[in-house]
Amino acid sequence: MAISEEDVRKIAKLARLDLSEDEVRLYGGQLLKIIESMAELESLDASSVPPTASVLGLANVLREDEPRPFDDGDALLANAPEREGPYYKVPKVLE
Amino acid sequence: MERVGPAAGMTTKTDYEMVVGLEVHCQLATRTKLFCACGTDGFGETANTRVCPVCTGQPGTLPVLNKRAVELAFQAALALDCRLAEESVFARKNYFYPDLPKAYQISQYERPFSTDGGLDVALKDGRVKRVRIHRVHLEEDAGKLLHEIGSKRLDYSLVDFNRGGAPLIEIVSEPDLRSSEEAYAYLTALKEVLQHAGCSRCDMEKGEMRCDANVSLRARGRGELGTRAELKNLNSFKGVKDALEYEFRRQAALLDSGRRVVQETRLWDAQRQETRSMRSKEEAHDYRYFPDPDLAPLRAAPEWVAALKASLPELPAAKRQRFQSQHALSAYDASVLASDRELAEYFERALSGLPGGAKTLANLVINELLGKLNAEKMTAGRCPVPAESLGELARLVQAGTLSSKGAKDVLARMWESGKPAAVLVAELGVSQVSDDAQLRDWIEQALRAQPQAAADLKSGKERAIGSLVGVVMKLSKGKANPARVNVLIKEAVSR
Ligand SMILES: [Zn+2]
Repeated sequence: MAISEEDVRKIAKLARLDLSEDEVRLYGGQLLKIIESMAELESLDASSVPPTASVLGLANVLREDEPRPFDDGDALLANAPEREGPYYKVPKVLE
Repeated sequence: MERVGPAAGMTTKTDYEMVVGLEVHCQLATRTKLFCACGTDGFGETANTRVCPVCTGQPGTLPVLNKRAVELAFQAALALDCRLAEESVFARKNYFYPDLPKAYQISQYERPFSTDGGLDVALKDGRVKRVRIHRVHLEEDAGKLLHEIGSKRLDYSLVDFNRGGAPLIEIVSEPDLRSSEEAYAYLTALKEVLQHAGCSRCDMEKGEMRCDANVSLRARGRGELGTRAELKNLNSFKGVKDALEYEFRRQAALLDSGRRVVQETRLWDAQRQETRSMRSKEEAHDYRYFPDPDLAPLRAAPEWVAALKASLPELPAAKRQRFQSQHALSAYDASVLASDRELAEYFERALSGLPGGAKTLANLVINELLGKLNAEKMTAGRCPVPAESLGELARLVQAGTLSSKGAKDVLARMWESGKPAAVLVAELGVSQVSDDAQLRDWIEQALRAQPQAAADLKSGKERAIGSLVGVVMKLSKGKANPARVNVLIKEAVSR
């Protein structure tokens, strides 16, 4: 099992993290430990266990289609770093 | 060998064939969003007035699935002949973009709720083509980004989450379409089915129906597929058609000159009528899907599916068939009337008191009423002329009391005043005389006034009837029923 510095940089980029060279080595080591722990699971015989996406045993957790307006939208906007009128303001994105 | 491509003046060295698959997003006709109780009526309203902690991705919130959205999605899939999966799973599609507050979109990936469907598409040449549907899955919409206010370009962007989290189905076709016309016909058929089934309003102006296209070229008759481009920003059916035709020319020119088509995403620019490469970063496609642990799987219990199937209304294809067999309408009339659910219902309501009058009524609806509805951008459900009144008008035409020209005038007044047909016929003095005794009286006078024409007609010169009809029309001040007059004149001279 190995994780390259290239892998770490790619994961960091996908997560929008700007890592220094020291951090790449530090987190690379930590990531490897996590992956190794997970790899222990591979020693179990799971051939008779069907793959599942959920362990809760629940299905069809549904709600009725009834509008319930949230009345403090301004509080949500207040969480934003920047706003303009009723809008969230963000750095320019080009399509 | 030079060949003519799909666009005027286009010649290519090789005879290329277009291979197109479409990905269509439709907003389900629910009152609330997919995972929260915010309303879906935020289009055109003040920004961020249909938002809550869930759809703005606040930490600690949990999504709860909208039952109605699931039912509409299942019905859409059933209407598209799809197989419903016993169990489907929601997945997180991870990417950063300011219109996506959680930095992931809840969608379905490995286990969508339905697959393997098909849609019968009527083509212009009369053929019906079965376009296979690869899959239909459920997902939430993103927010909306603004880059300008009015005509002013901003040097920042603004975000409105009113539609963020709205329920969508994505319908992915197999690459079965072979021309821009086929793509257009497929979208038309898809919209008809989803609107009929009540699953989506498919209002493109409100962004309730959006389309991406995958297009590649290959030498006609070859099996393998070429490298494809993905086209985005196709905001109308016409945009899809134009973009595909542009892309055919672009790819054909590349291939003809020995170059390669690059697999990439291209944006359609409707103003310039061209597609442009999106500078897409490599990781843009590394979505790292995984099952969303916040959501339980969705199971399509057989009884639930059966009930939803049973409550689906009659779909356009079945309706067209029935209109032809039950009302003896032409294929054309039936397809126009069955294309829109409200129009079809209007037609059948108007027809209810009018046995045998389907053709007369269809003519009135298609030739007169539809033009007015389209001009006013109005649906048949909002038509100011009640269906029953139009039925009455058709009855008067059928009985010969009213000419089709007179009916047109009466309809125009009905549209404005809402008065009943009989009242307007009297007010406008447009009623026709179809009473045989009165008509014969005028015909006798005409035959005496034009003895030569009468003799000519008797000796077989059909054209002579014109001047006799003319005299009758003059005597009746234009109110004689011309069709009946023709019949009675021929009767009179053959005696
Ligand atoms: Zn919400």
